[in-house]
Amino acid sequence: MAIPAQEMPTQDPAERRSNMNEVALGYSPEQARAEALRCLQCKTAPCIAGCPVGIDIPGFIQAIADGDNKKAIDIIKIDSLLPAVCGRVCPQETQCQAPCTVGKVLKSVDKAVNIGRLERYVADWERENRLIEIPAIKPDTGKKVGIIGTGPAGLTVAADIRREGHDVTLFEAFHKPGGVMVYGIPEFRLPKAIVQQEIDALTAMGCELKTNFVIGRTRKIQDLLDEDGFDALFIGTGAGLPRFMNIEGENLVGVYSANEYLTRSNLMRAYDKQRADTPIFDSEKVAVLGGGNVAMDAARTAVRLGAKEVHLIYRRTEVEMPARVEEVHHAKEEGVIFHMLENPKRILSDEKGWVNGIECLRYELGEPDDSGRRRPIAIEGSEFEIDLDTVIVAIGNDSNPLIRQTTPGLETNKWGNIVADENGKSSIDRIYAGGDIVLGAATVILAMGEGRKAAAAMNEMLANI
Amino acid sequence: MNKIREKKQLSETVFLMRVEAPLIARERKAGQFIILQLCEDFGERIPLTIADADPAAGTITLIFQAVGKTTKKLALMNAGEKIAALVGPLGTPTHIENFGTVVCVGGGIGVAPLHPIAQAMKAAGNKVIIIMGARNRELLILENEMRAIADELIICTDDGSVGRKCLVTEPLKELCEQDPKPDLAVAIGPPVMMKFCAETTRPYSVPTQVSLNTIMVDGTGMCGGCRVTVGDETKFVCVDGPEFDGHLVDFDNMINRLSSYKKQEAHSCKIGLEGDSQ
Ligand SMILES: Cc1cc2nc3c(=O)[nH]c(=O)nc-3n(C[C@H](O)[C@H](O)[C@H](O)COP(=O)(O)OP(=O)(O)OC[C@H]3O[C@@H](n4cnc5c(N)ncnc54)[C@H](O)[C@@H]3O)c2cc1C
Ligand SMILES: Cc1cc2nc3c(=O)[nH]c(=O)nc-3n(C[C@H](O)[C@H](O)[C@H](O)COP(=O)(O)OP(=O)(O)OC[C@H]3O[C@@H](n4cnc5c(N)ncnc54)[C@H](O)[C@@H]3O)c2cc1C
Ligand code: SF4
Ligand code: SF4
Ligand code: FES
Repeated sequence: MAIPAQEMPTQDPAERRSNMNEVALGYSPEQARAEALRCLQCKTAPCIAGCPVGIDIPGFIQAIADGDNKKAIDIIKIDSLLPAVCGRVCPQETQCQAPCTVGKVLKSVDKAVNIGRLERYVADWERENRLIEIPAIKPDTGKKVGIIGTGPAGLTVAADIRREGHDVTLFEAFHKPGGVMVYGIPEFRLPKAIVQQEIDALTAMGCELKTNFVIGRTRKIQDLLDEDGFDALFIGTGAGLPRFMNIEGENLVGVYSANEYLTRSNLMRAYDKQRADTPIFDSEKVAVLGGGNVAMDAARTAVRLGAKEVHLIYRRTEVEMPARVEEVHHAKEEGVIFHMLENPKRILSDEKGWVNGIECLRYELGEPDDSGRRRPIAIEGSEFEIDLDTVIVAIGNDSNPLIRQTTPGLETNKWGNIVADENGKSSIDRIYAGGDIVLGAATVILAMGEGRKAAAAMNEMLANI
Repeated sequence: MNKIREKKQLSETVFLMRVEAPLIARERKAGQFIILQLCEDFGERIPLTIADADPAAGTITLIFQAVGKTTKKLALMNAGEKIAALVGPLGTPTHIENFGTVVCVGGGIGVAPLHPIAQAMKAAGNKVIIIMGARNRELLILENEMRAIADELIICTDDGSVGRKCLVTEPLKELCEQDPKPDLAVAIGPPVMMKFCAETTRPYSVPTQVSLNTIMVDGTGMCGGCRVTVGDETKFVCVDGPEFDGHLVDFDNMINRLSSYKKQEAHSCKIGLEGDSQ
């Protein structure tokens, strides 16, 4: 316990406000060793229970402490296929690091062993030293599997099924694979080259990738099964339908969903104003509505696109904010102005229909609601206005109805999510599903974990037909 | 990659391209569109209506007006070259049935998306009256194709260089005043034209369908950039539309939203869809 928690080296806040490069720079080998030595190698390893995919955390940390990075990454890869991604974007403070003994003893989760940073360290070490090996593929089985959506869920299923020797085709609606990791999460948090590496590994394994292919439109689920010869399908289409607040002024010029704003900037590269054809607002003053990772990403993107003021408006307090603590911290360092216990009432416009402000109400916290969080209650008569030219709505996503509407017999719940059993099997034979389309907007690691379970069940099913 | 099989110039700024896209050609129905991209790294994604399709040849036909960056670059491409990406068919197909008498009103480039709808309405047994408008004779497209479908064809130009010298709303109003009045109007063209067509038919309670051409990114319901106010609701044009009840659409809001990037696109020339016919 004598060793202090190793700080993550980061790009200087003033500098990173105007570039898209990754903010967190990663541990040096010395830092990684020092951090690894902080782990007590607890017999009960409470951290493992906090990881949704149950990585042998003390095992891989011991290997780092021993200077055996190769062994460390091999241990992680038994359970996780995307360590470079999860090490960066997992909400560690509520998962593996929450129950860590070191954090408990030091009475702060901030002082827990930095498991995520160590995971990232070994994954980067493997990639940067070009040590990633293409997994061995079993002999051809002649069976064909279609995977719809190329987010973390779909990519994981593809790898696990291809390894068994089945033929794998991935379908992606966008022109680039990777799902939210590519269109949503910005470069400064998750470099696109890391995601591309995962895709390259899949193509090297012999998976076929069909981009610009919308299932439900270009081809329907039933056609894939009945006419195109697929023996099984996995649906990993994510939660890509932006929610709006249904307040006055939401369709004015200058109001974006976070999905649109982030897609323009990330996938369409609007931040590269010299080269990209897709435009994005040159905003001066921006309000982002919401308190999750999506809101942080939108706010920090607006900063980088040159906005002079970025306001983040959230109706509860910072404690209830679902965003990762690290992102909140980074956003503050970058000058994002936090408005807690406030909520917009309507968006205001000039005579031409362009946003010129927002009217908000102040809130206070009342009794806990169904989610266990204290319910925010509006304070009557507390209206006030903020001058703005852009509003980004980041209050969450629902699932896209396209597949549901074009696949008779596919059972969905009242939120439109596909109903799947514990093995990821849907109500239709040979069709499996996982990730956000089943869980509702969740996390990368959960999508990956669900993908692995579904892939195992699919491999078993395929072995028996 | 989709190969351009054929290219034709229909007027000074309007081009027709027949492009290889076998799956889209097989699935598409009247009223649907594609999203096109010329470069997957930096190109923008733009929507264009599928004006026609030949499933046997595996091709679809696009008719577009060169108004800005992407459409102008596309206009410079030739048969044999390849378009980086085509996605589709997107959008909800037009509801086709035998309504009785259908008036199809097309303004400028709007005639292109109107063509497959008029064709399908005719095939469903409707009496199809077509009103086509353009600024002048030179800008009138698909006259022969439309004439082949129409039971009655009315051409209007702003300058009277061909057909009647009037706006398309004038013959539309006359048809609404007849007894029996049309059972349905379908209007496609610049937003202002659709707005005034809807205003024209409203007093006569002639149901009026319009096809909205909002700005889009993904075209699959993911971004909400294409949203419009229809009645009291927000709708996504790419999945809920592109066709809506013209009497419920908030056209002023839609026209405003179309101008979102005017500043950034100022470099591209002024000929917009807007100024094209009315
Ligand atoms: C801005 C943002 C920030 C986030 N930050 C974090 C974070 O820090 N940490 C974290 O753990 N999680 C984060 N998340 C959540 C996380 O990204 C998701 O939970 C995860 O990506 C879900 O994976 P998925 O495979 O289910 O789907 P997605 O990643 O959503 O991928 C689905 C893919 O399917 C494609 N698709 C959809 N419909 C069709 C169709 N009909 N045909 C073909 N393809 C289709 C989509 O284009 C997409 O590429 C964030 C999400 C967002 C939006
Ligand atoms: C469902 C749908 C179907 C369409 N079908 C066709 C078609 O068959 N043929 C055709 O020529 N066009 C069609 N359009 C319009 C076409 O998408 C736009 O003209 C195109 O996006 C312009 O791109 P650009 O890069 O060339 O121009 P930009 O540089 O993006 O813009 C040039 C000018 O056009 C305006 N503009 C941008 N997008 C649109 C738009 N969607 N509608 C009207 N004006 C716009 C801009 O404000 C600017 O003033 C359709 C649009 C939709 C939504
Ligand atoms: S995958 Fe995520 S939760 Fe599991 S150990 Fe790694 S960082 Fe922690
Ligand atoms: S709980 Fe913390 S200290 Fe204990 S084994 Fe896990 S990481 Fe190491
Ligand atoms: S274009 Fe993105 S939702 Fe319609």
